[in-house]
Amino acid sequence: MEMDLSRAVKLARIELTPEEEQRLAPQLGEVLQYVEKLNELDVSDVEPTAHATPLSNVMREDEPRESLSQEEALRNAPKTANGLFVVPKIVE
Amino acid sequence: MEYEAVIGLETHVQLKTCTKMWCGCANEYGADANTNVCPVCLGLPGVLPVPNAEALRLTALTGFLLNCDVPGYAKWDRKNYFYPDNPKNYQLTQLDFPSTITGFVEFELGEELESVRINRAHLEEDVGKSFHFADYSGVDFNRAGVPLLEIVTEPDITSGDMAYEYLNALKSILEYGGVSDCDMEKGQVRCDVNISVRPKGQQELGEKIEIKNMNSFSGVRRAAEYEIARQIEVLEEGGQLVQETRRWDDDAGITDSMRTKEDAHDYRYFPDPDLMPHRPSEEWLATIREEVVELPLARKRRLMEQYELPTGDADVFVGDAALGNYFEEAAKGLNNPKQAANWVINNLQAKLVETETSVVNLKFPAVAIGELIGLVEGGQISSKIAQEVFAEMFASGKSPATIVEEKGLSQVSDSGELEAFCREAIEANPGPADDFRSGKEAALNFLKGQVMKASRGKANPQMVGELLAKILNG
Repeated sequence: MEMDLSRAVKLARIELTPEEEQRLAPQLGEVLQYVEKLNELDVSDVEPTAHATPLSNVMREDEPRESLSQEEALRNAPKTANGLFVVPKIVE
Repeated sequence: MEYEAVIGLETHVQLKTCTKMWCGCANEYGADANTNVCPVCLGLPGVLPVPNAEALRLTALTGFLLNCDVPGYAKWDRKNYFYPDNPKNYQLTQLDFPSTITGFVEFELGEELESVRINRAHLEEDVGKSFHFADYSGVDFNRAGVPLLEIVTEPDITSGDMAYEYLNALKSILEYGGVSDCDMEKGQVRCDVNISVRPKGQQELGEKIEIKNMNSFSGVRRAAEYEIARQIEVLEEGGQLVQETRRWDDDAGITDSMRTKEDAHDYRYFPDPDLMPHRPSEEWLATIREEVVELPLARKRRLMEQYELPTGDADVFVGDAALGNYFEEAAKGLNNPKQAANWVINNLQAKLVETETSVVNLKFPAVAIGELIGLVEGGQISSKIAQEVFAEMFASGKSPATIVEEKGLSQVSDSGELEAFCREAIEANPGPADDFRSGKEAALNFLKGQVMKASRGKANPQMVGELLAKILNG
């Protein structure tokens, strides 16, 4: 089973060389095929669940905690200016 | 052919919490860039977000204020997309199990009572704020992760005016409930408009156009009006509309295309593994239900019925809830509450504005307004003197009776004293006196004015009129 990678590549904003695509398509296809096995199970009586942990209502009080300093926050940014994270110019 | 517009609104409202949705960073406008941030809201790896209990409470409260159901199960999902203001590369939101569903908002449109159904109000998070420069853009993540309620209507809106009035009603409900400050200047309310047109009577909907990220209600009204006209024109000319996202250019007063359906996003939603579902308990919901306040429209109707106020007065007391509360205190036990409304609106409100005082810091109690009205109605002071007494009440906080006594403002109703004033006025003004005798009734008003002046406003005007006529005709 081979997977059409073009859509996934576009959504993930990555570029693949034709060689990479040739190598990855069957590999990812195998992964999908493996997961497909789940379809063999009859789950019509099973309620869908979003979590495996039986926890709910985990929350915290609305109390402020200390934030990072601007310097710390920006430390790993490739580029900064005026306290901002610099990114390529956004034009929609 | 006649067309009709079908409009649905998605309104994003920042909740009034101290901290962000998933971390303890301050939910604060105007701080230095990137100072209210931490590993959680910067989307750094390995962090665990924990929901803010207050945001959940405000969401359920909003649900009740909008007549929604609050289901027993809600969960969070990841909405995946890349954009520089979205640090995690996904936005946390509620896709198929939102915190509140199916409600409605009632409001007035002209004389009509309108209702717009609410599909859902779900809890999500705000993104960072971008700044654009010549060669680059910069991002401040202080706003990223601020709790954001998305309130989605059914497509029940049919005009720009209706959209405008719905938004105003929604805003005042949220302000009344203390859910959000709804400060438009601070971007606390933003709106996406979904709009299509179809031939009148046709069941199926036309192609939907979305106008994104509107930050003013009047902008929404103008954009909707423009878009309705544009879409009808395209159809009239035999053209085809395609589903697309458009941008409103407020200066030019037009919309233009941003993207069409072909490059629409594929968000690949899936349940967030880090966030456990929320199952509101009956007890928790009961405590929140107790906090549901009287809504603006209900308040307006009650004020009009209970106190027989005209629409305009009721609107003032709905628009300024503190002033309205004060009026209700003042009107207690009065035969004619409209009098109290007049004092509160015409005199008190003006004074408050003039002196930049808040009604909660007033020096005199609301009951003093009733006392003042009582003094006028009982004939102890004239309505003109009442203005003077009111000014003094406002300045010193003394009771109306005390002020009248201390300043000797009691109305003169002693006929002997009044007759002396009247005779003086007639003697000093023989011309007008003769005019009256020869049948010019209006001349009496002049003489009356002279008496009022001589008595420094304290003479009982009705008695003065009667006395003058008696002397002159005598």
